[in-house]
Amino acid sequence: MADEALIVLENVNKWFGPLHVLQDVNLSVARGEVVVVIGPSGSGKSTLCRAINRLEPISSGTITFDGQPLPAEGRALAKLRSEVGMVFQSFNLFAHKSILQNVMLGPLKVRKEKPAAVKERAMSLLDRVGIASQADKFPAQLSGGQQQRVAIARALAMQPKALLFDEPTSALDPEMVGEVLDVMTSLARDGMTMVVVTHEMGFARHAANRVVFMADGQLVEQNTPEEFFANPTSERARDFLSKILTH
Amino acid sequence: MSVIFDRFDVFAGGFWLTLQICVLAATGALILGAVVAVLRISPVPPLRAVGTAYVTVFRNMPLTLVMFFSAFALPALGSNADFLRIPLLDLLFTRLGTDLPYFRFALIALVLYTAAFVCEALRSGVNAVSAGQAEAARSLGMTFTQNLRYVVLPQSWKASVVPLGSVIIAMIKNSALIGFFGVVGDLSQTADQLTSAEGLAFVPVAIGVSIGYLIMTVPLGALLDRIERRQAVAAR
Repeated sequence: MADEALIVLENVNKWFGPLHVLQDVNLSVARGEVVVVIGPSGSGKSTLCRAINRLEPISSGTITFDGQPLPAEGRALAKLRSEVGMVFQSFNLFAHKSILQNVMLGPLKVRKEKPAAVKERAMSLLDRVGIASQADKFPAQLSGGQQQRVAIARALAMQPKALLFDEPTSALDPEMVGEVLDVMTSLARDGMTMVVVTHEMGFARHAANRVVFMADGQLVEQNTPEEFFANPTSERARDFLSKILTH
Repeated sequence: MSVIFDRFDVFAGGFWLTLQICVLAATGALILGAVVAVLRISPVPPLRAVGTAYVTVFRNMPLTLVMFFSAFALPALGSNADFLRIPLLDLLFTRLGTDLPYFRFALIALVLYTAAFVCEALRSGVNAVSAGQAEAARSLGMTFTQNLRYVVLPQSWKASVVPLGSVIIAMIKNSALIGFFGVVGDLSQTADQLTSAEGLAFVPVAIGVSIGYLIMTVPLGALLDRIERRQAVAAR
C-alpha cells in the first residue's frame, strides 16, 4: 500500500499570521483512492486541499506527489500543477474565453499539443460532462452547475494524475448540485484519484473510499464512510454529525 | 485676438512640436510603464522591489526636478542622450536628431515620470481581474508569463484603459514644462516668445496656446468617455 501512495503529507503545518490553520497534518492518498475531507467551516480543509498543489505554501513539513517533494515556485512547480487538476468553489472559468477555449487552453499552451487533437479531446470531455452543445458560449452564459462541469472538463483535459475539489458544490443552487456530483461520482468509479473537500454527506457516503474529518486545523479522524457515519470515534465528529444530520 | 491669425504659423509650429514630444513620450512611457508593471507584479521579490522603488521615486518627485536631473545630470555624466537619435525615426521627429540635446533630455524626463503612473494604471487593471482567474491558470500549470499573457492581461485591459487615458492627458499638459528646460518652439514656449520677446499682449496669446492644448486633450477625453460608456453597456 505504501508504495502506491500518490499524495503524502507529513507533519504539515501552516500559519496565517498567528492563526495555526494546519497542525501537524499527516495524510496519505493512494493511487485511485477517493478521499473526502469534511469538517466545520474554518477547520483548514480548504487550505489542506490548496496546499497539495502549493496554491497555498505550507510553513513546515513535507508534501510529496508521485514520489517527488513539491518544488519551489518556478517551472518545476508549474509542471507538477499540470499533473494535478483543481476544481474551485467559484468555478474560475476564464471569463474572456469560450467554453471550448477554456478546456483547450491548458493542453495547447502548457503541453504544446496539436490543436486538432486537443479539440477532439476537449469536445469528447465536454460531451462526457454533458455540455458539448454549449461549446461556443461564454462562461457567463451558463448556469453555475454547467460552469462547474466545464471546470471539471478543463481539469481533465490536462489528463491529470489526481484531481482536487475545493468545495465544488458550495456556490451552487441546490437543484444544480446533483448534476455536478453525478460527474464526480462517475470519475470516482473510473478510478480517478480524488481529494474532495465538501459538505455533501451523500457524496461522501456513496463515492468515498475514505472520509477524513478535520476540526480546528487538526486531522481528527479518518475511516471508511460506513464506519465514520455509523460510529464516529471522536467527540468532535459526533458533535459535527449530530448537527448536520438532524436536518 | 487677431494675433492668433496673424501669427498662426508660430502657433502651428508650437503645436506640431508639442504633439511630437507627446507622441514619443506616450509611446515610451507605455512601454517602460508596462515593463515596470510586470516587475511590480512579478513573483520574484527582488524584481518586485525594483519596480516598487521605481514607482516610489518617480511618482513622488515633482516633474520639474526630474527635468532638472535629466537636463543637468545627463550632461554632467557626459551623455547627450545620443541613443535617442534613432535612424528613420529622426526623419519624422527631426528634433531627435539635432545636435542640441534639450528635446531628448525633456523626452527622457517625461517618459521616466509618466511611466510610473502608467505602471500604476496597468496594475489597477490587473488587480481588477479576480484572483481566481490567475489561480485557475496556475493550477493548470501555466508559468507566470503564460498566466499574464493568456489569462490576466487580456482581461485587465478593460479596467486599465480609462485610467491610462487620464495619465496620457496629464502628460500632454505636463509637457508644457519643457520650454523651461531649453526646448525652443513648443506650444508653451511660443507664448513666452510672443509676449516677452515681441511684446504682444499676454491674454490673446495664452488663449491661442490653450486652444492648441485643448485640440490634443479634448478629443482624447471624448474617446475615453465613449470607451467607458461602451464598457458600461457591456457590463449590464
